[in-house]
Amino acid sequence: MALDTEKREFKIIGTRPLRPDGIDKVTGRALYGADMVAPGMLEGKILRSPHAHARIVSIDASAALALQGVKAVVTASDFSEAKGELMQNILENCMAQDKALYHGHAVAAVAATSETIAKQALKLIKVDYEVLPHVTEIEDAVKPDAPVLRPDRRAKGAPEGTPANITNLSNFGHGDLEAGFAKADLIIERSFRTESTHQGYIEPHACLASMGPDGKADLWCCTQGHYAVRDMCASFLGMSLSQLRVTASEIGGGFGGKTVVFIEPVALALSRKAGKPVKMAMTREEVFKASGPTPSSLADIKIGMTKGGKITAAHAKLRFQGGAFPSGTIDLGAMCAFAAYDLEAVRAEGFNVMTNRPREAAYRAPGAPIGVYPVEALIDELCIELGLDPLDVRLLNAADKGTKSSYGPTFEAIGLKATLEAAKAHRHYNTPLGPNQGRGVSCGFWFNFGGSTSVSMSVNDDGTVAVTEGNPDIGGSRASVGMMAAEELGIPYENIRTIVADTNSIGFNDPTHGSRVTFSVGLATIEAARDAIKKMCTRVAKIWDIDPDAVMWEDGHARPAGENAGNYEPMSLAEIAAIASKTGGPIAGHYEVNADSAGVSFGVHLADIEVDPETGFSTVLRYTVFQDAGKAIHPAYVEGQMQGGAAQGIGWAMNEEYIYGKDGLLQNAGFLDYRIPVASDLPPIEAVILEIPNPGHPYGVRGVGETAIVPPLAAVSNAVSRAIGKRMRALPMSPPKILKVIKG
Amino acid sequence: MVKVTIWGSLRAATDGAAEVEVEAQNFKQVMSELERNYPGLQAQIAAGASLAIDGKIYREAWFTPVYPDSEVVLMPFMVGG
Repeated sequence: MALDTEKREFKIIGTRPLRPDGIDKVTGRALYGADMVAPGMLEGKILRSPHAHARIVSIDASAALALQGVKAVVTASDFSEAKGELMQNILENCMAQDKALYHGHAVAAVAATSETIAKQALKLIKVDYEVLPHVTEIEDAVKPDAPVLRPDRRAKGAPEGTPANITNLSNFGHGDLEAGFAKADLIIERSFRTESTHQGYIEPHACLASMGPDGKADLWCCTQGHYAVRDMCASFLGMSLSQLRVTASEIGGGFGGKTVVFIEPVALALSRKAGKPVKMAMTREEVFKASGPTPSSLADIKIGMTKGGKITAAHAKLRFQGGAFPSGTIDLGAMCAFAAYDLEAVRAEGFNVMTNRPREAAYRAPGAPIGVYPVEALIDELCIELGLDPLDVRLLNAADKGTKSSYGPTFEAIGLKATLEAAKAHRHYNTPLGPNQGRGVSCGFWFNFGGSTSVSMSVNDDGTVAVTEGNPDIGGSRASVGMMAAEELGIPYENIRTIVADTNSIGFNDPTHGSRVTFSVGLATIEAARDAIKKMCTRVAKIWDIDPDAVMWEDGHARPAGENAGNYEPMSLAEIAAIASKTGGPIAGHYEVNADSAGVSFGVHLADIEVDPETGFSTVLRYTVFQDAGKAIHPAYVEGQMQGGAAQGIGWAMNEEYIYGKDGLLQNAGFLDYRIPVASDLPPIEAVILEIPNPGHPYGVRGVGETAIVPPLAAVSNAVSRAIGKRMRALPMSPPKILKVIKG
Repeated sequence: MVKVTIWGSLRAATDGAAEVEVEAQNFKQVMSELERNYPGLQAQIAAGASLAIDGKIYREAWFTPVYPDSEVVLMPFMVGG
């Protein structure tokens, strides 16, 4: 669907109505994953590997099963064989097969009449492990003598001599690098490092599974995509899709980490075996040990620049570790690394390597933050060396409409230059800094995409409208979808109620990820509304006994399309709905689509940081986000996405990291030792929305949810580096690490 | 014929060619012809691949048309968080 060519004055789009889930969430009425209960419900718990890498010789659950109150124990043998490598990896991550691949890997699960009994039963399960050598760091995993996790997962088609733990190879770019570097006045090459971080959602994974003796099952869970949960679980349990109904609860954050299953198939397997509903909820420790996190990374970046600031060539070598399974996130990191720039000679290449860590899960713009960070940090260093303004240099090199992107396609209309110009003109950029303070700049990019989407809406007799969609609302989509329905139908927003339906109630929907929902569900909602309008116009044409084409829809009313159509009193939606049963029956609109044309998104961030030179403690003084939203449907939610992404990226830059000991065990599986920024750590984050319409959406919408986490890593790093007068090249920049660089 | 740009790590399957030509009029035909002419691409396409057609990224849109002057770029299957 293309951008509506007729310029329209929006009445509802762009306003800030109250969020429909607000009262439920502040009063405790909203039901999250762990709030679900059922009669006769059992509690499920998982036994996890105490080793980083070990062969499972045998599992003896007889003593656990003998404990009063224990109703079932499951292991890998209780699941069907998954089809395809990706699904096999997901299943093996849910339940170890012949080997435990990381500290915390699930090896068995138990269902009992209470959580206390379930925990006792876990202690009675005897697992005979053969402990194997482990590897948790990228540098070690590529050594010739490194322990090999899965020989059959080595990158297919990899050149001879490629280390056995390397699973994915990546290479994007164009142009003659050698010729490009020959044109440069200054070439700098540096190495960078980032650590794994967790999505840090407040709500741990939780679900309730209930399977009857007839094989029909229901599953309630917190997830970003209940259709994907259904498909994965049905596959792992050998069920047909129609026999498993999945309902998504309210969700306390996901950020990509709830696009895959962890405990859900385990709960279903326990319920099948026990014949009773089984509830499972991860502890925070389990969340850290066995869900998420992001890859960690090493990067070597080389950029050539003229004295005037023009980039002549750019090269990145990226190495990601995505845990104990293959990961394609390296591709996304390599594609995003230089996407903000119009370059004649550019190449980003790299690989993913397996280590004895939990399987990587998506996190907001997966791969982009750690692909972009080293590039933006090196550009800042070049700007300092050449005495150039960092925003001027980015404007000089910025990608624009017609630019051949660093990952291949040519950009359509994009908003990067407008975003950079807005940052340069903003008062933030022109405010003087004090002692020990630095200002950092960074660009960021994310693709956004659409995907399969279904929307249905029913026109009620009283003129209100029920909108049914299938994407869990993690960022305000019920509000924005309701606003688009109201705008298109021409009725008040308050007359719309939008719900997220279960998997049996509406057609398939891709998960809430990829910044896709406001774009694609919005697009489908607009089309569903137009479908309903067409039906209402047809009904009115019959009442007026004129041709349907002679009836038009305007401001919530069917009207004669012109003087030749006749002189009839317009009929409102409510008037048409009230007599629907007499004119042909209920009126509904629906639309199903695999939406494409999601416009790419760019952001620019400014960060002011003060560093205490005595302690290395850094304080974010001011932070401003500039981002192209295409069209902001509900600006408060758009600002929230921009602020939330920035806050998470600041945490990634300053404090957050998975820490493994030499024993391969995770050392900081809790929020006391894994430090995420809280409200008191951050200043108000100013969000500046730009609106360069996406030509692929009727209202011009672009996704906004992910781009905002991309720039903060470099923006903060550049600010700290400028504040201390020395260059930081590793994240996180916790006070001891900053102090170490200051002390030199 | 339609020119398709192949990303770097897949070029071993196209004898190092960064760009190949296939006889195709839509997304599905592009993918089928790539698999038929370059069997080394089959594993990647089966595991998931997208096409950027004139700047827009399509994931599974079989009937999206391509024309001889279309810019077509083979890309990894796009996912997000």
